[in-house]
Amino acid sequence: MKKNDMTSAPRDSQWREELRKSKTAKERASIPRVKMPELDPAYRVTCNEEVNQGISAEQAVLEASRCMDCPDPQCVTGCPVGINIPGFIKNIERGDFHSAAVVLKETSALPAVCGRVCPQEKQCESRCVYHKMKKQPVAIGYLERFAADRERSSGEKVTPSVAPANGKKVAVVGSGPAGLSFAGDMIKRGYEVTVYEALHEIGGVLKYGIPEFRLPNSVVDDEIETLSGLGVKFEKDCVIGKTLSYDDIIAMGYDGLFVASGAGLPRFMNIPGENLIGVMSSNEYLTRVNLMGAGRSGGETPVLTGRRVAVIGGGNTAMDSVRTARRMGAEVAMIVYRRGEAEMPARAEEVKHAKEEGVVFMNLCNPVEYRGDEKGRVNMMLVQRMELGEPDESGRRSPVPIPGAVDEIPVDLVIVSVGVSPNPLIPNSVGGLEVSKRGTIVVDDVTMRSSLAPLYAGGDIVRGGATVILAMGDGRRAAAAMDEALCG
Amino acid sequence: MNKILEKEHFSEKVVKLVVDAPMIAKSRKAGHFVIVRCGEHGERIPLTIADADPVAGTITLVVQAVGDSTTKICALEPGDYLTDVVGPLGKATHIDNYGTVVCCGGGVGVAPLLPIVKAMKAAGNKVVTVLAARTKELVILEEQVAPHSDEVIIMTDDGSYGTKGLVTDGVEAVINREKVDLVVTIGPAVMMKFVSLMTKKYDVPTMCSLNTIMVDGTGMCGACRVTVGGKTRFVCIDGPEFDAHQVDFDEMMMRLRSYN
Ligand SMILES: Cc1cc2nc3c(=O)[nH]c(=O)nc-3n(C[C@H](O)[C@H](O)[C@H](O)COP(=O)(O)OP(=O)(O)OC[C@H]3O[C@@H](n4cnc5c(N)ncnc54)[C@H](O)[C@@H]3O)c2cc1C
Ligand code: FES
Repeated sequence: MKKNDMTSAPRDSQWREELRKSKTAKERASIPRVKMPELDPAYRVTCNEEVNQGISAEQAVLEASRCMDCPDPQCVTGCPVGINIPGFIKNIERGDFHSAAVVLKETSALPAVCGRVCPQEKQCESRCVYHKMKKQPVAIGYLERFAADRERSSGEKVTPSVAPANGKKVAVVGSGPAGLSFAGDMIKRGYEVTVYEALHEIGGVLKYGIPEFRLPNSVVDDEIETLSGLGVKFEKDCVIGKTLSYDDIIAMGYDGLFVASGAGLPRFMNIPGENLIGVMSSNEYLTRVNLMGAGRSGGETPVLTGRRVAVIGGGNTAMDSVRTARRMGAEVAMIVYRRGEAEMPARAEEVKHAKEEGVVFMNLCNPVEYRGDEKGRVNMMLVQRMELGEPDESGRRSPVPIPGAVDEIPVDLVIVSVGVSPNPLIPNSVGGLEVSKRGTIVVDDVTMRSSLAPLYAGGDIVRGGATVILAMGDGRRAAAAMDEALCG
Repeated sequence: MNKILEKEHFSEKVVKLVVDAPMIAKSRKAGHFVIVRCGEHGERIPLTIADADPVAGTITLVVQAVGDSTTKICALEPGDYLTDVVGPLGKATHIDNYGTVVCCGGGVGVAPLLPIVKAMKAAGNKVVTVLAARTKELVILEEQVAPHSDEVIIMTDDGSYGTKGLVTDGVEAVINREKVDLVVTIGPAVMMKFVSLMTKKYDVPTMCSLNTIMVDGTGMCGACRVTVGGKTRFVCIDGPEFDAHQVDFDEMMMRLRSYN
């Protein structure tokens, strides 16, 4: 792999060769996959503490030694940004945790985040050579998290070198993973960087969406502090397209603008009763709880709670919502999903954790109507039972209604989590910007440059709802391309 | 952090605040609103911009103490700070020369009406402003709308000032008297509902500005959704102004009671 040759841990370095010889493949394969220490389900539904406790150094070294250091590592091809996976894992195996973090940071701006939220089972780990041996893959995600956490707690941060100021300044719209990674790369290249964020907190979905029990705010804050320390300026409460227009940004002397405004617009299903009290989007529910602190002591923002809560959808957002509902006191928390469990887009670990926490899965069910009491509060959900038919264009078998199979299910809170559309604020407010039918900003695949020369875009505003790692990767590619265009 | 520069009590529960917000003062137009937060654990509260001075870099907000958060905001004094002010949000009012425009507001709804009265007048319309309140003490901003209105009609429920009657009576009298091309109504949902029902009878186009529950104000959550013409719309990005005859006010009033 070309990429590996460029890293600080190439496969042919002497230490890696020695390490490979230190154990036979058979010895490596005989080690069972590490188990992530987790909080007990009965305890964790009473609090917001992170469920996954992280593996110890001994566990990490042992797990790292399972990795065969393949000559043609397929895990790397499964990683959307091509992290030198064996390179960091072998550093862990030899006990050089700091160098492991260095290798990760060569490619990923947010390893502590990605180690926690990437769908590894569909990416790197899905390509692991162990699958061929009918064994469990190397726990790449756990190891990534281990190395990143170790770096944070060691006090020996991998501090990137910052190039001398080059006199140019760039603006970033949105402080999610795409915006943060772009900001980090540009500040290192000597640019003056200002990040504009519409909300009163920095972090995008990492803060308002993904709950603390999965991604503690301290992990995200740590990354933000690092960027501030390097000189990135953050302007909260500033909506680009409203507070400042695109023309204002250009007039302020910015040489480039990176739009990473996310896919914030929640979709609804347009079925009867969807505007009843107690039916809300997962964005509203999670924002009230995570960003506004509803339900926490001192939090002034209210949130509706329910004894019987139905969450509609099968993605990560649905799992986060249903598990939050359990923590907010729901006695019965249900996932209502129109396909089967195998088709669920959520990370496998979230589904497993949700089940352990007592979440009820109503698969092959689709809500068709909500009914309410005299005050307009939802109290009943009508669900249509489905069966799997032919595969659709996404390759998943599409659900078809079973005639007459409609059930009435009592509920007092419904959280709709059926996807998001791109945030229309920027596409609507910047004249001449090419936008797709779906409302995403059209960019060049490689440079992330839009139809307007100074404007680059990445993350969910370009892809629709995607993933943290893809957003992060977009930010890094846009930074490289913009730098090339401005200073190359 | 945005500093409060001036404060004036319009009535016991209604205050006017002049707030330092230079960028918003420059970019706002009639019809826009802001979201403010008071305190590190504060709620996000939408408030319409009643006025702005781009030179001084200030915006004017009129706040009625109805819940804990608004009570806290109303208790702020000059020199204190709002933790966050973000905006201008929403779509600006569509200003045009319609002919004769009746602008009617009730309660604090008069505050968001003020910039629309000004802009409608500046666009060459004949502007008749109808201000309604329960009683004399609650009539606000009469002096501010007067210079921009061809006529100001005051309606009070108890007849303590102006004409005794509801806002609908005042507007209906104008419609019966002369040709009205547009009615703009801002105020409590129930008031807008009845104004809308009345103007529909006469087929007079009517625009309302909705004040739903909001969280982010940028289209992210859907807390602000209403049904307009049978379709779900988000007030914060599709509004706040809509064709009143298309709005499902009963559903809106129901949703406003979500947390009561
Ligand atoms: C609940 C939930 C759980 C998820 N779980 C996972 C997971 O486990 N794994 C995974 O990989 N992905 C997950 N995702 C998806 C992932 O979070 C997103 O793909 C990713 O955050 C997109 O990053 P982004 O930088 O493009 O945008 P975002 O993180 O959405 O950030 C965009 C930011 O821009 C701001 N903004 C928008 N418009 C403007 C404007 N005009 N001016 C200024 N600021 C603006 C927004 O307020 C926001 O803060 C999840 C998403 C959600 C909602
Ligand atoms: S307030 Fe959240 S979408 Fe309108």
